[in-house]
Amino acid sequence: MTASRRTVGQSLLGVLMLALVWWFAHNVHAGLSRQGITLGFGFLRQPANFDIGETSGLRFTPEDTVSRAIAVGLLNTARVALVGSLLALALGFIVGTLRLVDNTLLSGLMRWGVELMRNTPLLLLLFLLIAILHAMPPPTHAVELLPGVFLSDRGLALPFPDRPRLAGFNFVGGTTLSPEFAALVGALVLHHGAHISEVVRGAILAVSRGQRDAALALGMSRWQVSRLVVIPQALRAMVPLLATNCVSLIKNSSLAVAIGFPDVVSVLNTTANQTGHGVETMVIMLAVYLVLSLGVASMLNVYNAHILRRGA
Amino acid sequence: MRATRRIALLAAIGATLGACAGDDAPSAGQGTRVEGGTLGAIRARGQVMCGITQGAGFATPDDSGHWRGFDVDFCRALAVALFDDPSKIRFVPYTQQQRFSGLQSGEVDLLANGTSITSSRALLRNFHFGPVYLYDGQGFLVHRSSRVKGASALDGATVCVQQGTTTELNLSDFARRNSLSLKPVVIEDLRGAVSALASGRCDAITQDGAGLATTRTMLRDPENYVILPDRISKEPIAPVVRFGDDQWLEIVNWVFRAPVAAEELGIDSRNVQSYTTSADPSIRRFLGAEQGVTDGFGLDPRWTARVVARIGNYGEIYERNLGAKTPLKFERGMNRLWTQGGLMYSPPFR
Repeated sequence: MTASRRTVGQSLLGVLMLALVWWFAHNVHAGLSRQGITLGFGFLRQPANFDIGETSGLRFTPEDTVSRAIAVGLLNTARVALVGSLLALALGFIVGTLRLVDNTLLSGLMRWGVELMRNTPLLLLLFLLIAILHAMPPPTHAVELLPGVFLSDRGLALPFPDRPRLAGFNFVGGTTLSPEFAALVGALVLHHGAHISEVVRGAILAVSRGQRDAALALGMSRWQVSRLVVIPQALRAMVPLLATNCVSLIKNSSLAVAIGFPDVVSVLNTTANQTGHGVETMVIMLAVYLVLSLGVASMLNVYNAHILRRGA
Repeated sequence: MRATRRIALLAAIGATLGACAGDDAPSAGQGTRVEGGTLGAIRARGQVMCGITQGAGFATPDDSGHWRGFDVDFCRALAVALFDDPSKIRFVPYTQQQRFSGLQSGEVDLLANGTSITSSRALLRNFHFGPVYLYDGQGFLVHRSSRVKGASALDGATVCVQQGTTTELNLSDFARRNSLSLKPVVIEDLRGAVSALASGRCDAITQDGAGLATTRTMLRDPENYVILPDRISKEPIAPVVRFGDDQWLEIVNWVFRAPVAAEELGIDSRNVQSYTTSADPSIRRFLGAEQGVTDGFGLDPRWTARVVARIGNYGEIYERNLGAKTPLKFERGMNRLWTQGGLMYSPPFR
């Protein structure tokens, strides 16, 4: 009886929601057609006609389609997100544990660093890093850090597959890590690494003192106490928060447009301007970030479920 | 029993939604009406709304917050023509990306912000363009020490581009046409692009010629930068209005032409008073002394004289904002009158 009443209620709510969505969609459509804007994704198959400075190894020319341009942007975003997340997690773990060591100078230093990063705007940090990287010497006076590795205001030129050499304005050959990529990853890692270190520190402190004392009393070494007693319990508390941090790192990577890294937002902005399909590109942008964020969140949720099971 | 009730409810909701759809259907035809309400709306609110894009020489607020510049002067001409008062106007600053949605949504009556006429904007995006008030083309600004003399010598160069304009498209077209390899660094904010040029991250910055002149004033050492002579695109700059209001389009057309016509007739803001008694029939017609020439759509027949007196003729507007005595020092070139080897030409007022 109550079950079927609940079904009625649920389906009513469902229908109401659908009606609301339909009403919004209808209004948008009517409003847009009044302004002479037609919706459609046909433009994705048109040639892009613009070039992209960095392609993450994907081949791209202006003759390629808009969808391929978006794919290049997506790959750039994914590259920043992946490298950024891994480095931020590593930095967060190191700093978070270092803040708990019995060395006042070290933990104090870490504390200042973390507070500085956590309490300043990410965009400011990004501008600072890009300004520092732009102040590197020009390619003609590039610093050769290692044989074949050149640092200049055009980025870091690495000697694979072949040795980079100076030709005209810039280095040709080799692989170049652009200053924009480095600044973006650097800013994201510093900012989110600081946040993650607080999560790590909090989770470790949350493991009760008695657990540690008991383990020490059993004759375990400090390393064994950490590895076998403290960290497994701390992980259970920190994984959901780490997921949140990784998701916000991905979303913050869209600040790339401010310094000129061609991420998916940058490419979609150009597409919208070139083709006039602002609404559709906005929808694609939403979908991209939704999929990326939900994907990362669900991956870490699976991992969380796994450690919870193991812990039980 | 319960099932039938649910079906009835669904049917009722469906019917309501169907009715909503029916109500809205006729409104789709509104965009195609011949006489639009823009002029009526302007008169009702007592001011023109003009969309601009901030930039030295084109639209910048002065020390007292008063907007000044080339684009601003042309918009003020509209306020003078309609209200005989250059202050009956509000300027709405847009970025290159916001501008079109601002016009489409009705927030402004026109854009005078350096938008170039293109077929896709007119045919696919339903914008109408007024007369070209600045002929421009995309070029490059480079540091003097690069010793580059022409755009064809830029092979391998890194080029900074501001996002949200046709500039990216023109740059890649130019590179393909001339088999040059140019690496774009696309930055959202112009200041970001300029500081990337200043720091040496980019070998060149590409923009419309007038934009380059503006950009050069933003650099710490403008004298060390040169605008290359090449123009890699055509950028006819014109005011933009919404589709579907022919009356407003014509008002914009003739108000933007009036300063050009005045210069052709030799009339400027200082001598316009002495011309009001002129015997020359074409001058008499232009200044509104004859009926049926300048007095359509409820405009005061003397609006042309007022525009010239308060805003000036084309040459005055150009020299005041962009000319040799300004920091921009932007060569008038194609924007000279047709009688002096340029492209500026006004259809006759008669």
